[in-house]
Amino acid sequence: MKKLYQMSAVELGRQIRTGELIVKEAVDSCLERINEAEPHLHAFLARNEKGLEERICEVEEGIRKGRYHGPLAGVPAAVKDNICTRGIPTTCASKMLEHFVPSFDAEAVRRMEDAGMILLGKTNMDEFAMGSTTETSYFQTTVNPWNREHVPGGSSGGSCAAVAAGEVPAALGSDTGGSIRQPASYCGVCGLKPTYGRVSRYGLIAYASSLDQIGPVGKTAADCAALFEVIAGKDEKDSTSSGKPFEATQELISGGLQGMRIGVPEELLGEGTQEEVRNAVWKGAQMMKEGGARVEFFSLGLTDYLIPAYYIIACAEASSNLERFDGVKYGYRSPEASELHEMYRKSRQEGFGSEVKRRILLGSFVLSSGYYDAYYLKALKAKALIKKEFDRVFERYDCILAPAAPATAPKLGTSLSDPLKMYLSDIDTVAVNLCGLPAVSVPCGLDREGLPIGMQVIGNCFREKEILRTAAAYEALRGEFPMAQLQ
Amino acid sequence: MAKQYETVIGLEVHVELSTKTKIFCGCSTKFGGRPNTHTCPVCTGMPGALPVLNRKVAEYALKLGIALNCEINQYCRFDRKNYFYPDNPQNYQISQLYLPVCHDGFLEFFVSGEKKRVRIHEMHMEEDAGKLIHDEWEDSSLVDYNRSGVPLLEIVSEPDMRTAEEVIAYLEKLRMICRYLGVSDCRLQEGSMRADVNLSVREAGSKKLGIRTEMKNLNSFKAVTHAIEGERERQIELLNEHREVVQETRRWDDNKEASYGMRSKEDAKDYRYFPDPDLQPVVISDEWLEALRREQPEFQEERKQRFRDTYGLSEYDAGILTQSRHLADLFETVADLSGFPKKTANWLMVEGLRILKEMGMEPEELSFTPEHLAVLIQAVERGEIHHANARLVFEQILEADVEPLGFMEEHGMRIVMDDGALTAAVEEVLKENPKAVEEYRSGKEKVFGFLVGQVMKKMKGKADPGKVNEALKKAEDSLLLIRQR
Repeated sequence: MKKLYQMSAVELGRQIRTGELIVKEAVDSCLERINEAEPHLHAFLARNEKGLEERICEVEEGIRKGRYHGPLAGVPAAVKDNICTRGIPTTCASKMLEHFVPSFDAEAVRRMEDAGMILLGKTNMDEFAMGSTTETSYFQTTVNPWNREHVPGGSSGGSCAAVAAGEVPAALGSDTGGSIRQPASYCGVCGLKPTYGRVSRYGLIAYASSLDQIGPVGKTAADCAALFEVIAGKDEKDSTSSGKPFEATQELISGGLQGMRIGVPEELLGEGTQEEVRNAVWKGAQMMKEGGARVEFFSLGLTDYLIPAYYIIACAEASSNLERFDGVKYGYRSPEASELHEMYRKSRQEGFGSEVKRRILLGSFVLSSGYYDAYYLKALKAKALIKKEFDRVFERYDCILAPAAPATAPKLGTSLSDPLKMYLSDIDTVAVNLCGLPAVSVPCGLDREGLPIGMQVIGNCFREKEILRTAAAYEALRGEFPMAQLQ
Repeated sequence: MAKQYETVIGLEVHVELSTKTKIFCGCSTKFGGRPNTHTCPVCTGMPGALPVLNRKVAEYALKLGIALNCEINQYCRFDRKNYFYPDNPQNYQISQLYLPVCHDGFLEFFVSGEKKRVRIHEMHMEEDAGKLIHDEWEDSSLVDYNRSGVPLLEIVSEPDMRTAEEVIAYLEKLRMICRYLGVSDCRLQEGSMRADVNLSVREAGSKKLGIRTEMKNLNSFKAVTHAIEGERERQIELLNEHREVVQETRRWDDNKEASYGMRSKEDAKDYRYFPDPDLQPVVISDEWLEALRREQPEFQEERKQRFRDTYGLSEYDAGILTQSRHLADLFETVADLSGFPKKTANWLMVEGLRILKEMGMEPEELSFTPEHLAVLIQAVERGEIHHANARLVFEQILEADVEPLGFMEEHGMRIVMDDGALTAAVEEVLKENPKAVEEYRSGKEKVFGFLVGQVMKKMKGKADPGKVNEALKKAEDSLLLIRQR
């Protein structure tokens, strides 16, 4: 018999809906697990305790009266700390926003509340979502639930670790260059980066506006599908949100792999990739082939330009997006300053961590006069060409299969000393953001140290249903993935 | 002999749009609210808030662009202009640099009877900043974001003007067009129209442009004129002394009637402009543009001609009445309602503009019910009120929009038209003054005036002198007839 914390979000939701379980039991099992795991995991930055009892009662009643009838009604969840929650601190894991309490909910959070989900807390992350390990957080270091000596990945490391440890069955992350998919793969959970524009960015504290997207983290593809359905859809408050309708993803488990055309880019399984990762993805591809899909290798062009284009665009936008943190209106203000420019300088010097500063400097540089054409404009051109390349690829394939990261989770404290190396490890994920594509990361094996390996299924724009169906079909062939054993 | 210099002037005019809500959020644009009451997460730059374009702003920009004969960028975009200052909550202003909504237009107007054309370089949409209030006592600064996000259009001209007179004519014409379109009220004093003057001088006949300065903080036409004259002289003096004009931004001080340098080109800021990723490009369809072209109002020139043709107004009268669309609309409505267009024109121009001047108001601020003026004019024409009284009523209409007939009645200004009362008064007067009647009959015409006065006295002034005359003559005639019989 499965323990409650081992259940998937969809399974928990089903039991609540049928009355096998009451909401309070589901929440209590999570809280118990949080109390057990947090002392060494450090996935949460804030717990949502105020009004929780009332909310549980309200949702319980709402479910029985039919007000909340979706598959995730009554299911507890966590939210990454760069997504605004009314009345609950939202810090972006930065000293700059240590005491910032938003006056409004992000649209995605509002939709979760409307679906009867229960917010248990805010999760740790890399400062302003800049990093690949969650180690740039100003507050604490989250560890990998599979092995405390390793990082959970990032920047949505808190959300992925919390789901992997069973603290919550589902969570929201955000993905600008792989920030959902990479930690999901390090933590052995499933994470979806939706098509750009699918989920409203209203209330997501921007890192790189043209690349950012909020997405779900769950134990299975079905979990991600259900949470995706809750948060997706047109929002008038976000000009970049899309009104394109999405088909119900409910029946995705029933879909098979028969006739599915799957391409595997050779360039992403080359020398830079850890052998065990390459083998696991290859094995996954084989399994899908046996399941009826047509799988073949192909050559993906322009991969040399992915990292430079991504970092130029992301940092340029970040340098502007983070200008508002100046000590004037909210956030950290240096007590030392005696005049305006000193206040700006000191507040930002003391309020931001070094990775954030590095990216602000990089971004300011590529936008400055004389360099705009040489860097920023060129990066935009590269982005357009890369998009064209993917258009070409999707003429031949329904989905692309690739690793979610070139290697499994590194040891704590080994990544930040060489930022360039850390940037290069984003090679598997950034193309998806540059092109606005949807991609889901699903666990496909363990390395010899017992650390999870993740595989990405990438689809064409607005084809979330296709990639989730493929991922779910793969999960069925793979069998249940083990949960992290907390040490 | 001293060298001859030519002044070359281009203008950057900011016009505040009169939309009800701000450019990127639903907050009110109303002037004068308590500090930070017309604000929301978007216009205070809260983390996570996103801008959404108010379509009305684009519509107003297009309307003005069409009126200024501009090319329209049917695919235009917003860019971020990055600079740190506390009046700007995001530390970037959302503006347009790379693909502004309109470009390459022109504006034509008359200066000393001659037609002048000034080319429009471009026109773009942007957001206004908040207001900083420096508290010298507390040694602190406060920020009010009520103005943050109020929509602006910046209209950039080519350096096609040569004199202050041309500049003022350009501004007046631009203001008239904006008001006719209803896109802005363009008040310099209140800052809803702001003009920055780019000025350089060069030797007469030279083709090469001199080094220019940009003058800011010009709050009236007078300031614009004085600043242009002052700057022209300053630059000529420098050149005559073989010194260089420094390219810089200068600030006009209205009290001192002088300008001083704010910042030079060397410390010009790098604004790191780039396309705002939070906003989608604005795609302007042919249909939208066509609809807006059709909706363009009749501007002054055409309307003036029509007023002359339809209402028989003089060139001068038509010119004055069409200076403001609001005044022209009022005239037309009242003229049609009353059926006395020329009288309407007289009332509005002679009395109306006098009263406005006395009250220090502009024609746009006239807000009475047109019917009221029409009724008053008709009453005057029917002889129901003395002209002097009518002027008082008109003042009341302008000030308090009173209903004229009721007001006349209440204040005893209405001339009694009841023939019974008049006939009775006449008969009484004739009876009471047999001597005067006798004298009149014997040919003393002057006595008639005395009799009229007596009747008026009996009527307590509430009678139309014309009518009294008529009634008196009639009564005497009949008396005469009776006697003769």
